[in-house]
Amino acid sequence: MRLSILATLAAAALSAAPVAAQEKVKLINVIELSGAGATAGTNFKNGVDLAVADINAKGGILGRQIEIVHYDTQTNPGNTRAAVQRAIDEGTYAVLGPVFSGPIGASMQISQRAEVAQIVGGEAAGFTRQGNPYIFRTSLSQAAAMPKIAAYMKNSLKANSVAVVWVNNDFGKGGRDQILPELEKLGIKVAVDVATEQGQADFAADAIKVKNANADAVFVYLNEEESARFLRAAKQQGVNKPMVGETTLLGAKVIELAGDAANGAKGHVGLSVDAPVPAFQEFGKKFQAKFNYASDHNGLKGYMAVYMVKWGTEKQKKFDKKGLADTLRGATIKPSEEPGILIETTIEANGDLDRISFLAEVKDGKQVITETLPKLKP
Amino acid sequence: MVTRQPEPLRARLRLPFLVDQEKPMAEFLAYLIAGLATGAIYALAAIGFTLVWQTSQTINFAQGEFVMLPAILVLASAQFLGLPMAMAVLVGIVAFILLFGFGFKKVIVDPMIRHGVLPLAIATMALSIVMKEGAKDGFSAEAQRFPSFLPAETITFAGISISLQHVAIIVVACLAILGLQWFVTGTRLGRQMQATAQNPNVALILGIPVAQMVMLTFLINAGLAALASVLISPIYLAKFSNGEVIGLFAFIAAIVGGFNQVRGALAGGLIVGVIDSLAAAYISTSYRLAVPLVLLVVIILVKPEGLFGRPEERRV
Amino acid sequence: MSSLASATTPSRGLMRRIDGVFLTLVLGAAILWFVPIGMGRYGTYVLSLWMVMSIAVMGLNLTLGYAGLKSLAQAAFMGIGAYTTALLTTKLGLNWYASFLLSGAGCFALGLVLGFPALRVKAHYLAFVTLAFSTLVWLVLRNEQWLTGGVFGLSNIPRPTFFGLKTDGALAFHRFTLVITLILALALWWMIRSPWGRAFLALRENPIRAASLGVNIRTYTLLAFAIGSAYAGFAGALYAPLVEFIDPSPFALSASFFLLLMVVAGGSGYQLGPFVGALLGVVLPEWLRFTGGIYLIVFASIVVMLLIACPQGVIGLVERGWLALRRPGKGGAA
Repeated sequence: MRLSILATLAAAALSAAPVAAQEKVKLINVIELSGAGATAGTNFKNGVDLAVADINAKGGILGRQIEIVHYDTQTNPGNTRAAVQRAIDEGTYAVLGPVFSGPIGASMQISQRAEVAQIVGGEAAGFTRQGNPYIFRTSLSQAAAMPKIAAYMKNSLKANSVAVVWVNNDFGKGGRDQILPELEKLGIKVAVDVATEQGQADFAADAIKVKNANADAVFVYLNEEESARFLRAAKQQGVNKPMVGETTLLGAKVIELAGDAANGAKGHVGLSVDAPVPAFQEFGKKFQAKFNYASDHNGLKGYMAVYMVKWGTEKQKKFDKKGLADTLRGATIKPSEEPGILIETTIEANGDLDRISFLAEVKDGKQVITETLPKLKP
Repeated sequence: MVTRQPEPLRARLRLPFLVDQEKPMAEFLAYLIAGLATGAIYALAAIGFTLVWQTSQTINFAQGEFVMLPAILVLASAQFLGLPMAMAVLVGIVAFILLFGFGFKKVIVDPMIRHGVLPLAIATMALSIVMKEGAKDGFSAEAQRFPSFLPAETITFAGISISLQHVAIIVVACLAILGLQWFVTGTRLGRQMQATAQNPNVALILGIPVAQMVMLTFLINAGLAALASVLISPIYLAKFSNGEVIGLFAFIAAIVGGFNQVRGALAGGLIVGVIDSLAAAYISTSYRLAVPLVLLVVIILVKPEGLFGRPEERRV
Repeated sequence: MSSLASATTPSRGLMRRIDGVFLTLVLGAAILWFVPIGMGRYGTYVLSLWMVMSIAVMGLNLTLGYAGLKSLAQAAFMGIGAYTTALLTTKLGLNWYASFLLSGAGCFALGLVLGFPALRVKAHYLAFVTLAFSTLVWLVLRNEQWLTGGVFGLSNIPRPTFFGLKTDGALAFHRFTLVITLILALALWWMIRSPWGRAFLALRENPIRAASLGVNIRTYTLLAFAIGSAYAGFAGALYAPLVEFIDPSPFALSASFFLLLMVVAGGSGYQLGPFVGALLGVVLPEWLRFTGGIYLIVFASIVVMLLIACPQGVIGLVERGWLALRRPGKGGAA
């Protein structure tokens, strides 16, 4: 009894606004704002907020203002499922988020059953391989990124052995499981395989281990802060081999936190506010101005997610939930049509993305792009 | 799907002295020093933990957050009040000791202590959520750089790289603990505190101001936590979630060393730090966390009062 | 053990034994049967989650509230139950009911194995042993990917059928969960009123006197811990099909702490405490979402204030008020 009153109250608290303004379109962002994913989730949320503010200032989508709601998942699959269910019950036009692939796995059936598009920030390869037509990525999958890194280590660095350092969550494990067969294919030996904990603070032992392995290069696949801590620990222990990584090793945040320990780090970058794409850099400035810190790639993902919704809606010229997913599937979004997408993006049938990406290096505390890699299927 | 094991079996079972590398001893020393530095931080947190437990039967499940927060307060007072760093450190630490030494005892511990250990322990757990979420929402969800007051150079000695920062942490932490030991045994005030810790009833009969002594332990706890925070944040970076690991390890260190001895907590912290470092090196990185815990269980079963603890006289 | 055997007394005095707790459970279940109608799937899901957590908290309440043992592994046992059910139903195609029973039995056996050495040393060292156990279980769930799916978890866990009826819908599964929860709650209610349970209460009131009357303290506390763990296994067996996906994160050490919080905040040692505690732990944070980004701070502050105001938990406070109202009489709800 008490409960139904609570539920009514909660419903009232949340539904008061949309009844008053019918000309709004409701988007619900289900995202990691606490727990292990809080940093990534907060970036994604801020990116979403920035895009919504931009779009609303320019008249909204098809004349409707966006009403954005964020629901925290506590980085817990059960809570994520509840939040996505709630978003569907409250009639969200599309579900944005989450970023971690466990919570994505727990919630993607809900949006599939409701035939609502779910645009997520996850990079692990698995969830687009389950035949769910309503799931969409906002970045390259690890299955697309890892071959590029392996080839880079072989061709540019002439590495014959590599130390692999990864974070033991779905992101890091997913990346490691993707790169090992690529390395094997190219005949690169894995000298040491170091698992680290999510949120680990002390990397001294790991750095010593890497140093003693004496490999030609070190592949670092950690989240931004852990990357910074590892780089500092590696410098302290005198590791002088090239550090190779992905977006999470070469970002502005890592450079800020690691200081000169980040110099010399190199690798592959999918989304970066430092990429030689003016739209990216402009996004970076706007983000910095609004939130007073530099966005990581998750901020870009959140921003693009909202613009994917905008583009799909304007393309189908109506607010049809199922139609949005159908429109996005297989589409190529060009910045000339929708500047907010920032970079030409092809959405494949399974929800994976194809885009250009970059090879980059950190020099004197700045990320420098050394090469632009074409789309996989240009 | 690749299901390769994280490490080859040989690497898992490698022991420091059997390894066929050039400098196994130097390698071992490097792990040892890194482990001691981390362990010194655990020790600082564990000592406050045991002090507070002894005088007031308070199990503080927010101990890790106590080490996380001072650094955040320092950065916040630098950012929001525009103070120079040295001032900000002072302001942050004093604010922390007031809030979480004095305030913690007055607001949370005093009203609840009569009702037994458990409700209070649960309340400290809820407090840890408040502190963590408060630091995240009130300051930042991002890790922040924290200025170091210690040398950052690395020296190479006999083939191993030694980080001066690590050495400095070990030295400062050990000095603080020795100072505390001297205070407890060598001063009148400290002996009163010690007597209160051992038996509050007897202390009361002896005319010791027990209430003040208990408060003193809470202030010392907050002070040690703040010291640990300032020492470690240049390496760990200041972040709202840093307390989780430190809290767990401080708890393990306190149990391993013995809940009722300052030197027990010191030894416990160092042992746990070193074991963790060596476990990552020679056993398995993905099961690294298991090793200190297995040690914990073995110690409980073999020597329940902890390595350096006395058998408890008081029923809990 | 002999007193446990004699606990199967005939149901002769059943009418006399019906009390406030029994009535509340049955009445509450009747209300919960109908409450979700028109509530939407989200509300229904949260109610189901509440009941699943209530089962785990009930078990911990037996361990903590009645036997006085501090277990920090309740979420780990729940994880073992959830993974057992998930693996048996998805990999081996076993039906849910058998998996459910095996999950409970497995946790019961593990509880005995874990509790025996720990309780031999000293009662409160169980807390430390379970702390270690909890983290070790989490590490195994995360690292042994060949079995548990590791960090990627297990998905597409099927929901049970009930005499041919599917429970795939939110309401159907809610009612299924409700029935299981009621059965488990009534089983516990009966247990506590049996001679075994009464010996238990005697133990709680006065251990020394109970020991002198021939109550074997160690056996009783060990059994309480094992049964409490089995309840966590049962809860896990329901959690897996409820979420239809599991990974190690909901079964980490922090979740065990959180279950402990629910027991104490609800009122440890009271039979209705777990329901109130789980309501606080599961439904309150969801409801507080209207406060926006700070909802967890608001939630935790409410818990701290609640514990300062009534350290015996909500039910403890209610009982105190009740006793104050009808001062000379004995308390109805125990």
